[in-house]
Amino acid sequence: MERDFTKKRARPFERAIEVLLFAAAAFAVAIIAGIIIAVVSESVKFFAQVSVIEFVTSTVWTPTFDNPQYGIAPLLTGTFMSTLVALAVAVPLGLLVAVYLSEFASSRVRETIKPTLELLAGVPTVVYGYFALLFVTPLLQDALAPFGIDLPGFNLLSAGMVMGLMIIPYIASLSEDAMRAVPGAMRDGSFAMGATRLETALRVVVPAALSGIIGAVILGMSRAVGETMIVMIAGGQQPTMVASPTQQGATVTAFIAQIALGDIPFGTLEYSSIFAAGLALLMLTLMFNFIAFALQRRFREAY
Amino acid sequence: MSAAAEPPNDIAAHPKGLAFRRFKDSSFIVWGLIATLIGLGTLVALVAELVNDGGHRVSLDFFLTFPSSDPAEAGILSAWVGSLLVIVTTAAFAIPIGVLAGIYLEEYAPKTPVTSAIEIAVNNLAGVPSIIFGLLAVGLFVQVLNLGQSILTAGITLSLLILPVVIVATREAVRSVPQDIRHAALAIGATKWQATQHHVLPYALPGVVTGIIIGISRAIGETAPLILIGGLTFVAFLPVTLPGDAKFTIIGAVDEYGAPVTPDASERIVIGNDGVVVMPDFSEMPVEAGQVLDLPHGATVQTVADWGDAVASWSPGHWLGSEFTVMPIQMFNWTSRPQAEFLEIAAAAGLVLLAITLLLNGSAIWLRYRLRRSIKW
Repeated sequence: MERDFTKKRARPFERAIEVLLFAAAAFAVAIIAGIIIAVVSESVKFFAQVSVIEFVTSTVWTPTFDNPQYGIAPLLTGTFMSTLVALAVAVPLGLLVAVYLSEFASSRVRETIKPTLELLAGVPTVVYGYFALLFVTPLLQDALAPFGIDLPGFNLLSAGMVMGLMIIPYIASLSEDAMRAVPGAMRDGSFAMGATRLETALRVVVPAALSGIIGAVILGMSRAVGETMIVMIAGGQQPTMVASPTQQGATVTAFIAQIALGDIPFGTLEYSSIFAAGLALLMLTLMFNFIAFALQRRFREAY
Repeated sequence: MSAAAEPPNDIAAHPKGLAFRRFKDSSFIVWGLIATLIGLGTLVALVAELVNDGGHRVSLDFFLTFPSSDPAEAGILSAWVGSLLVIVTTAAFAIPIGVLAGIYLEEYAPKTPVTSAIEIAVNNLAGVPSIIFGLLAVGLFVQVLNLGQSILTAGITLSLLILPVVIVATREAVRSVPQDIRHAALAIGATKWQATQHHVLPYALPGVVTGIIIGISRAIGETAPLILIGGLTFVAFLPVTLPGDAKFTIIGAVDEYGAPVTPDASERIVIGNDGVVVMPDFSEMPVEAGQVLDLPHGATVQTVADWGDAVASWSPGHWLGSEFTVMPIQMFNWTSRPQAEFLEIAAAAGLVLLAITLLLNGSAIWLRYRLRRSIKW
């Protein structure tokens, strides 16, 4: 029997494997779809009873009261304030570390420090919450007392600061990657002109890696916005309009978790409200991710 | 005239002079080190605080006792057993799906819109806040699929959460295997899957395992989505049985109030161990091993679990539907109590949790380091 080698042999096993692999990968799309469907479908029930206008413009969030009001603003101010504090800590520290590791440290030092710092990102957030409440808050209370600032036991300042420490590795590591992707020839050019390492770093490398660095900061921001346990434990859980980091305040995430802590009142407006809050959170973080991703793609294509 | 008389050293000390620029350059190293030390100092302070607050409470008894309203008596038995079972479930879902998806995206995926959709989904999944996965779990798994507030629901939810970690690690590991290896395998007649299975995967394995360890470590510390599922804060039972535990067997199906669905029916039962039978009218009668009885539905046989029962209770079907608590939820519960004694055991639980996650992360880092050293293409 002559075999026809011009024909491709049918290999059912190979085909089955490929289908299986594809199914596993496509599962990721199904999860995203599931998340969006779950959050949106319950939010629709919420917005059938509460107007979008009230949700966006009201400054009172009291879903558990007899006369409930649903303005997302207090939760958003809580989230923004804690995120702002976190970024105030993480951006300068993270970028200092990134510039140091990328432009100054020997590869040996870098290979030791980078993974050790990454341990910070692996600490369970509930442990960070404990740390913020019982270590950082008393420390800050003592530090701020001479300035006449009476820091309450629950406050967004200490929660935000600890959150900032947590996201240092994300910002440092991703920014360092962006800086190291800058071609050596650009550094050499700068050195040849007589610039020092610092001048090269700040005027050549950082500007060249800027979109990657901004992407890293936005990803860190997205982490901070979505963080739950630290703000829930150390930040207080009362939704009020937050104007200062020394206040207590509830974030979007803390509110969702707090409602879920009791017996979840399935089927009520209160139950729907955690999905509406979740929808706001999801849109915020997806937007951040999208921007960060676009920026990082840009810096990858630059050279 | 006077400017010309100045010694050249002063020119170097000028803000734009070389000496000052060099000084700024080397002093930046100090700033970089300070920033790094703040990060590392946090880690040290964290461990010191937990050891100081709760170190004295970590003992063998702490692992072997249930939580209690008396902080002096309370332990983390139900919490760590719960964490273990949830993580086993998580791994069972996340590892196969994550690794297969990673292989597909790196080795098989054609450049089509479908593939980019998958890639966008994976990237976005990594950025979704963990509490949103909790909303998915409540809205879909608990409400629609009726999986209950169970270990199964918790395990699936956490597996979705760590899926991107496993997928990304697998992709990177597979990508780092040189093309030559694939070409060599294909050239001697291997099919695509044979080349992948026998030649690419073995080299990629350490990288894949690193990703799995980091994902598992994240799942162990995750709290927020499990709060939404209703991980219980006070659990004084184990989803599995130990030899010597009391064992209750209810005859026939009962409704949620414990009343038999078919009160007139009865079943023939062989008693396994000595114990007591409680009849539906609450009258008790002692029974012996080996006795054969016709018992009405709604009766309860109370005996002592033997090794056979204990081993059988470890089969997933037995505990997947069970309610649970996990280490981080237990710690959170104790942290939110006002009494100082509860904060001590919260710190002790935190110490155990931190030790586990740092150990896992540390071993992942070590593995990655060894991998980089041992393989030279």
